[in-house]
Amino acid sequence: MSEPMLTLTGVHTHIGQYHILQGVDLILPRGELTVLLGRNGAGKTTTLRTIMGLWHASRGALVFDGSDITRTATPDIACAGIAYVPENMGIFSDLTVHENLLLAARDGEPDKARLEWIFGFFPALKKFWNQAAGTLSGGQKQMLAIARAIVEPRKLLLVDEPTKGLAPAIIHSLITAFRELKAMETTILLVEQNFNFVKSLGDSVAVMDDGRIVHVGPMAELSVDLDLQQKLLGLSLDTHQ
Amino acid sequence: MMLTRILSGDFPRSRILALSLLIVLAGLALAPFLFPGARALNVAATICIFILLVASYDLLLGYTGIVSFAHTMFYGIGAYGVGLSLYKVGPTWGAVFMGLTIAVIVSLALALVIGLFSLRVKAIFYAMITLAVASAFAVLASQLSDFTGGEDGRTFSVPEVLRPGFRLIEAEVFGTAINGKLITYYLVFFTALALFLLLLRVVNSPFGRVLQAIRENDFRAEALGYRTVVYRTLANCLSAVTATLAGALMALWLRYAGPQTTLSFTIMMDILLIVVIGGMGTLYGAAIGSALFILAQNYLQALMRQASDGLTAVPVLANLLHPDRWLLWLGVLFVLSVYYFPTGIVGKLRNLKRS
Repeated sequence: MSEPMLTLTGVHTHIGQYHILQGVDLILPRGELTVLLGRNGAGKTTTLRTIMGLWHASRGALVFDGSDITRTATPDIACAGIAYVPENMGIFSDLTVHENLLLAARDGEPDKARLEWIFGFFPALKKFWNQAAGTLSGGQKQMLAIARAIVEPRKLLLVDEPTKGLAPAIIHSLITAFRELKAMETTILLVEQNFNFVKSLGDSVAVMDDGRIVHVGPMAELSVDLDLQQKLLGLSLDTHQ
Repeated sequence: MMLTRILSGDFPRSRILALSLLIVLAGLALAPFLFPGARALNVAATICIFILLVASYDLLLGYTGIVSFAHTMFYGIGAYGVGLSLYKVGPTWGAVFMGLTIAVIVSLALALVIGLFSLRVKAIFYAMITLAVASAFAVLASQLSDFTGGEDGRTFSVPEVLRPGFRLIEAEVFGTAINGKLITYYLVFFTALALFLLLLRVVNSPFGRVLQAIRENDFRAEALGYRTVVYRTLANCLSAVTATLAGALMALWLRYAGPQTTLSFTIMMDILLIVVIGGMGTLYGAAIGSALFILAQNYLQALMRQASDGLTAVPVLANLLHPDRWLLWLGVLFVLSVYYFPTGIVGKLRNLKRS
């Protein structure tokens, strides 16, 4: 078995006086899509932000692609190959779609073939290429946020609730995008509440509660095991949409 | 194509704005011939210098989101650098360049130190730190009176070619003498224009894009791989050097360097107001705002005197428009412009076009 892309060992994170992550252990296998589930306030977003270095772990270790990134600064983590799509999308609204992607590409114009590949599942971005990102709809902003994360090949994608508040047609575009990324063996950690969205995409699943990982296993197993769903999440995931 | 390169692809994007900018440019370029007289030329030169000074501040506030009160300190360093060098060494170009070099080095060093030590803190603390440093510098300039001339400042001679007595050609052109004052004016005009276009290039470069990203969301910019402290510090240094050059131009124009013309907090407030009135994050706003502000500062009083004289029969109105109340009306104009143009004049004109 190859070395994992990312390993979190006993990670604790404090935000001010609050002890949010209380010993997170998580392994992200290379080329797989791992879904992170859990109720609101379980620590999912904090986990992503801790990986990204936006909040530093007070204890524990984070190893990315063989290197310890526990104390690494956010820009260096990004340059090492981790892309982050936050829940609020975090696009730069005063800049155009083109300028947003230029920023993400870091070294000049993005590769044309890769852009065309992105336009294949997010055609709106081509249409509004020179338009200020702030004028896009919510779905288009989400497309831009994901496009920005994948405009250059990255080793690991962290995506926080990409379908939140989006129309079904846009969600369909996102499913296509994630399928394409999976086909390219991109490692993805996806925080999501929409079970129908992740059921067919996820290779493995981790469930968080009270700042800890309480379950790890194949997605296929959890999606059919109603008792396990009841036990971990207090409801059947089939109704959790 | 040529225009695209000159403007770095950043067009006014509004016909009224383009026309206004052309009027400002043509007015300043032809000021010595269109508006004869020392006062008009002084107003035109002040507008040129303020366009540069305000544009350099907009790089900080409008493009990077940094609130600094130390901008006049860098402006003062430029003025004092050139002024004291000319005063001590004598009126030579060597003294001008020596003073300028020292001023730029001092500004760069201060901007670097302030930036590296302070740009990590929250915006309000950074603003307070710059206010403290700028105040300390102003007090220092005043206290070191043997060196700086204290509150009186220093009057000095400039190289011969820039003196009013110097004549490039004996004949007048369109009724205007081609003398040292005119040469100084065009030195100020073309230097300010070149540096303004350079700033336009900077804000439309990949570096400028990162600055705008930092202004919107510095955490997101970090998550994309940009060291925001480094970019902020670079913007701080670039802005400081440009303000220093603007100060040097002011010293050459006035042949004087003193606290009231360069280091005063009133100038800092003027810069802030012009940036807000013109439109933050639009360098063209610096041009429009500076022109309107300096014109109002210089001619509003005269305009009110005429209005007051013409309305002597209407007691209350004549009293309200008395020239002594010009600052009150200037204040009213600012309040109204901020109320009706929250995105500044440039923002409003561009939005008009969009709607």
